[in-house]
Amino acid sequence: MTTTVPARDARSAGQRLVNQWLANIHTASERGQPVAYVFVMGNAVEILRVFGFELVFPEINSLQTGVRKAAPDFLAKAEDYGFSPDVCSYVKADVGLMLSDMQHPSGTRMPKPNLAIASSLCNVYIKWAEIWERHFGTPAFVLDIPGKRFASWQPIPGTAQYDADKRWVEGQLRDLIARCEDITGKKFDLDRLAEVERNVNEMIRLWVEILTLNQQRPAPYNSMLDGLTYIGVLNAWRGTPEGVEYMRLLRDEVADKVARGQGRVANERFRLIFSGTPCYVNLRRLVELFETHGGVFAASDYLTYAAGGLDSSGLYYDPSRPLESLAEVTTLASQLGLSNHFFSHHTLAQQVKDYAADGIVYHGIKSCRTVATSMADNREYVTTRYGLPTLYIESDLIDPRYWSDAQIKNRVDAFFEVLEQRSLLKGGH
Amino acid sequence: MAVEIETSLTEILARCHELSMRQRIPDDETDTAIGYFPVYFPEEIVHAAGLRPHALLGGGNRIEVRYADARIGSFVCSICRTTTELGLNGSLKGLGGFFAQPICDAAKHMAGIWGRNFPQQDPQILALPQNVNSSAAVRYVYDEYQRLRGILAQKVGHEIADEAIRESVRLYNENRRLQRALYAMKRDDPDRLSTVETYLLVRAGTRLRREEHNELLREVVRLLPERRVRTMDKPRVIFLGGFCEQPPLELIETIEDVCFIVDDDLLIGQRWIIEEVPEDGDPVWALAESYIQRSASSPVQFDARKPKEDMLMGMLRAARADAAILSAAKFCEPGLDDQLALSHRLDKEKVPYLVLEFEEKMTSFEQMAMQVETFAESLLFE
Repeated sequence: MTTTVPARDARSAGQRLVNQWLANIHTASERGQPVAYVFVMGNAVEILRVFGFELVFPEINSLQTGVRKAAPDFLAKAEDYGFSPDVCSYVKADVGLMLSDMQHPSGTRMPKPNLAIASSLCNVYIKWAEIWERHFGTPAFVLDIPGKRFASWQPIPGTAQYDADKRWVEGQLRDLIARCEDITGKKFDLDRLAEVERNVNEMIRLWVEILTLNQQRPAPYNSMLDGLTYIGVLNAWRGTPEGVEYMRLLRDEVADKVARGQGRVANERFRLIFSGTPCYVNLRRLVELFETHGGVFAASDYLTYAAGGLDSSGLYYDPSRPLESLAEVTTLASQLGLSNHFFSHHTLAQQVKDYAADGIVYHGIKSCRTVATSMADNREYVTTRYGLPTLYIESDLIDPRYWSDAQIKNRVDAFFEVLEQRSLLKGGH
Repeated sequence: MAVEIETSLTEILARCHELSMRQRIPDDETDTAIGYFPVYFPEEIVHAAGLRPHALLGGGNRIEVRYADARIGSFVCSICRTTTELGLNGSLKGLGGFFAQPICDAAKHMAGIWGRNFPQQDPQILALPQNVNSSAAVRYVYDEYQRLRGILAQKVGHEIADEAIRESVRLYNENRRLQRALYAMKRDDPDRLSTVETYLLVRAGTRLRREEHNELLREVVRLLPERRVRTMDKPRVIFLGGFCEQPPLELIETIEDVCFIVDDDLLIGQRWIIEEVPEDGDPVWALAESYIQRSASSPVQFDARKPKEDMLMGMLRAARADAAILSAAKFCEPGLDDQLALSHRLDKEKVPYLVLEFEEKMTSFEQMAMQVETFAESLLFE
């Protein structure tokens, strides 16, 4: 891995790190560097860092086709190849990439994987990895991470249940280590794992601080715009000194904005929680529809579950027993955070409280059952139980065919009318 | 004699049909019925507790969806929608427990939906693993089954003894033997037993006590060899796509009008364990080990030992089938993803196949009939 030159502001530092990461991926094969395909939820990156894998995040590749307005071509290729329109559009964009000789619109030629890890936190990950098995001939490593079994599930260290889940994850991590040793020819280095974990711990500490800083009014950043660039960088550089440095810079910058009372929105009037994944193909438009009304996304569940192992619950590794601790934190992160979209009603209501928010915006994704299956039911519950204003809009991750601007704008405008009325009744902001 | 046999079979099948269509929890099963969402569930443990396993198989095409559309995204499979409808319209209010499993992302949400709407049913996920290839997998499944055992023991107010579970294992082993006998019969002599009939006979087991189901199947297995049959000449096909959401009966009938379905994955969870579960030793361990080591395959279970294309080719060979019908429920991501991989292999092997998409709630089959007829004709004239 090549390191990058430090930058003075977080934005350019983040950009440089992303460019550097892509450059490292681009040259991985010629440098003889092993490549791992991983997803953002439950990826055991700590182990991969020990073995020196370059990390490719196909989810990020796919969302980038949306950001770079290239998604329609990739989706069309996959559908022409035979994939149903109802299949996850990230999967289809990735298939489109495979059918485009791995030439990504970022200019990076994506390398083939030496290892592919699919966690069970999203079942589509597994089906996706099966596609790689067939295309690249790379066997999938499925990491089954048992999530919470019901909404009030509390993993309690020391109980038989906790031990059972942890033992299961640890057993699989040991299998993964054996596979990595086979692929790279290197022996596993426990000290190196501890070092990576210390870096991750520092990143978690900073990440929790950054999330908490957005509880201030005005919110210094929009979690569904700025926040997305943050998690891109922290996923790609998790466990590295560069990642820590970036997070520190970012924390300082966000803290400085708070000290100066500088908000993301010039005249912040409404603070909102966003639930679901963004529509990357219309990202700026989506945010703009809210910001023109003075609405800012102070928090989102996306920034918790899409932040890899950097769970906002503030779970830290114990580097004095690195492997056991990795199994524990992976399991706990899954049960306290990453598997939350199935039972997120209480968590969302808590976020509303923590961030003094005025309502929740649910974004249903046409092709993502993980995030969106029961959103409408969740909304009904939150509205009825907590009396919170909520909005439900629907589009897709990267498929522009499902973005209906006029319809979404109408719904957003009507939502703000409700918020305005409530604000008037409460005596205004 | 032949008439009597046919009359007996007709009566049994009519009863199975009535049972299969039953959605509401009967009053005498209130609070003892333990609902589970597909695919597989270790029913033996539920049975040993003296409770009634109740497979949740959606609402079929005879249910009016009035409430669930407002609770579930429009792009989600029908079985999730109609199961939610059955909950919201009160048909499942008698459930004493509800379990979803991590077979897919939509199914995991069912535990959340149930938790928000029917918390008194103690809804949760039985976290069967997606990694069955680790040496740690049996122990993990064992631990999860013990958790289930504890939950059920709490419901009934007493421990569930090993011997009670062993007894249930024996009963279910017999049930699986009988189901295998039916499948062998429809494979070897499809004029004698159709897939619609086999399906109804198996599905009835999801609504009967297993003792009663065994009795029913024993009777059918006794009667069938004596059944008078008319030999027909139809292509032999296998049907895939019925592992979770169930296609309407009319769809199976439509195919059977012109083809013999000599093997299928309909209600595969009922036949998930393909060999005898050991009847000695720790019965929970035996069930856990069987889940990992003696099991079928499906698009919702990753297993490096069972590449889907090889499983398909094995199924075609074993059933001596001429062709395959690759079906998937609408919005079923695992099913839709697999269709493509399977069709590529069939192309390579030059095996004819037909791709179909269904929804349990579909009511019009004319267009599908035309597709299937054309396909069958192409097979006959090949």
